Amino acid sequence: MADSISSELAIRARGLTKDFGHVVAVNNLDLDVPRSRIYGFLGPNGSGKSTSIRMLCGLLTPTHGDIRVLGLEIPRQAEQLRRKVGYMTQKFSLFEDLTVAENLNFIANIYTLTRAEQKTRIPEAMERYELGRLTRQRAGTLSGGQKQRLALAAATLHEPELLFLDEPTSAVDPENRRAFWESLFDLVAEGTTILVSTHYMDEAERCHALAILDLGVLVAAGSPDQLSAGIDAAVIVVQSREPRKVSRFLDQQEFVHSTAQIGNILRVMVDRDVPDAADFIKKISSDAGLAVDHCEKVHPSLEDVFVAATQARKAARDKIE
Amino acid sequence: MKSLQRIFAIVIKELRQLSRDRLTFGMIVGIPALQLVMFGYAINMDVRHLSAGVADLSQTAASRQVILDMAQTQVIDINYQAADVFELETLMRQGKIVAGIFIPPDYERRLLQPERAAIHLLVDGSDTVVGGAVASIARSARISPYNDRPPTMEIRTYYNPERRSPVNTVPGLIGVILTMTMTLFTAVAIVRERERGNLELLITTPVRSSELMLAKILPYVFIGLLQVTLVLALGAFLFDVPLRGALIDVYRVCLLFILANLALGLVISTIAQTQFQAMQMTFFILLPSILLSGFMFPFDGMPRAAQLIAEILPMTHFMRLIRGVVLRGATLQELSSELLVLGVFIVIAMTVAILRFNKTLD
Repeated sequence: MADSISSELAIRARGLTKDFGHVVAVNNLDLDVPRSRIYGFLGPNGSGKSTSIRMLCGLLTPTHGDIRVLGLEIPRQAEQLRRKVGYMTQKFSLFEDLTVAENLNFIANIYTLTRAEQKTRIPEAMERYELGRLTRQRAGTLSGGQKQRLALAAATLHEPELLFLDEPTSAVDPENRRAFWESLFDLVAEGTTILVSTHYMDEAERCHALAILDLGVLVAAGSPDQLSAGIDAAVIVVQSREPRKVSRFLDQQEFVHSTAQIGNILRVMVDRDVPDAADFIKKISSDAGLAVDHCEKVHPSLEDVFVAATQARKAARDKIE
Repeated sequence: MKSLQRIFAIVIKELRQLSRDRLTFGMIVGIPALQLVMFGYAINMDVRHLSAGVADLSQTAASRQVILDMAQTQVIDINYQAADVFELETLMRQGKIVAGIFIPPDYERRLLQPERAAIHLLVDGSDTVVGGAVASIARSARISPYNDRPPTMEIRTYYNPERRSPVNTVPGLIGVILTMTMTLFTAVAIVRERERGNLELLITTPVRSSELMLAKILPYVFIGLLQVTLVLALGAFLFDVPLRGALIDVYRVCLLFILANLALGLVISTIAQTQFQAMQMTFFILLPSILLSGFMFPFDGMPRAAQLIAEILPMTHFMRLIRGVVLRGATLQELSSELLVLGVFIVIAMTVAILRFNKTLD
């Protein structure tokens, strides 16, 4: 039983910890990533996303913790893992002074693909990632989106079972980002498991499941829907002509966790147990002489989940201090 | 005033950055100290304790006295006793001596015949400074008791009788050029990939450390041999530098030296974090290689401490090898101990580089 569960998991980590001397970059992380899914790491910069990915693919040795990736014990069996995984670094790491074709040929040979495999897979990858017209262009002269497509083509040339993508879209415009995610879903449909880190909410929404990291700690995990449903707060949208004043006023209220302004609209996160929170906010704001046009309770977005999760921890930390 | 504020801000920033780059900071102190010490010790044209051999076929009190007189100048140390002039020539070709004293059996009779040379002084002329120093001991011989003149001495300069300095410099220059280019190329080749992020990609692939290291140096082996060919051809064409040994031996020696420098470059690349640091460290190797190896100043003229440092440098051994093969026509068997040292150096440096190059980012 336990075996069949672990074989359905591409990644299983327990108590994963990385200590860089004075900073704990990743703290006691438990992780279960199912096969043939896109699993997201969502978190701000410095939350331990890259460090976790590097430990999972054997580039960093964890201070504590057990890792099994594709049934292999990491970091002990990291060399065996290399053929089965692809890794796309945060920074473009192919050779800028080589052409697109030269880079792909190089990677194909590094993974010791046979001549026959190279003959079919390289043109396939070129077509799939729209690199055909760029074959003879030096990688250094490509645009952000083109570089990223080349990097994905290179990372998947050896048909890995598992793909690690470390903030793959940070240098890419929205249109290319969309196309990129379409390619990821194609790969998943073919059976690839993808672990992707991001700090974009819209990307996180696309993942089958995700883990929210904050300062090296996993603060929430699950599918986007589960996370939204499980949020320990209610979200009220407040429309006002003087949003700055309303926001300042609401921030002082005990039951309000946070406010965020989007144009003239405020997203207000409040205690879940406040009855009729929307009406209550409208009432106390009017009493304070503030113009509030409309108040409405809404379904929490992933951003709300993220803010709630990280704020709860911040509040707990402040209390300890 | 505003301009001053801005200049001051930049000056402070530069100093801060400098103080945080520990290696560069070390070089600021290290390079002048190294230069001073090395130049102070190495620039010594007043060479002493040159290795010499004696073939005394006369074995008389007078011959022993004249040998003693020459040894007392301290210019030469008599390290070898030879049976005849051929043995002296062999010792010289092997690089064991730079001076040979040959005293014929009829030494005492020749003292009475000033038109005949009573002493033959064999000098290795491939280093012009050494050649000059040995020649100076000819003047030290005392007036003989048989007549009122010093014994007639005949100096035979081997390998570079015209005392032309390019003959000595050009083979050595191969060493300087190879040390400079080979060490720097490899050192920078790996560090550059680390700086550009290529290394993070490479270490996630199935490439082994040893494969990466080996593949990194192979292209430079060919470049190095190309440089050797260029220097040899130009040396022969422009300066008429002779090639007395076998051409294949020259390439064998160079190949070994190239490998030693490439391995050294790899070691540097595993220590340096930036290309700038790699360059500085290469310079740190290059400087003593030029000054202490015997390329610029005679090895025998340097104090013991400097000689010990020089023995660690591949260039010192290469200098002996290449001068032996090119100028003295020595065979590789005759120079086997120097070859062995280079071989050991390569093995150690390669091992250190592979062990130090970790396929993780820890």
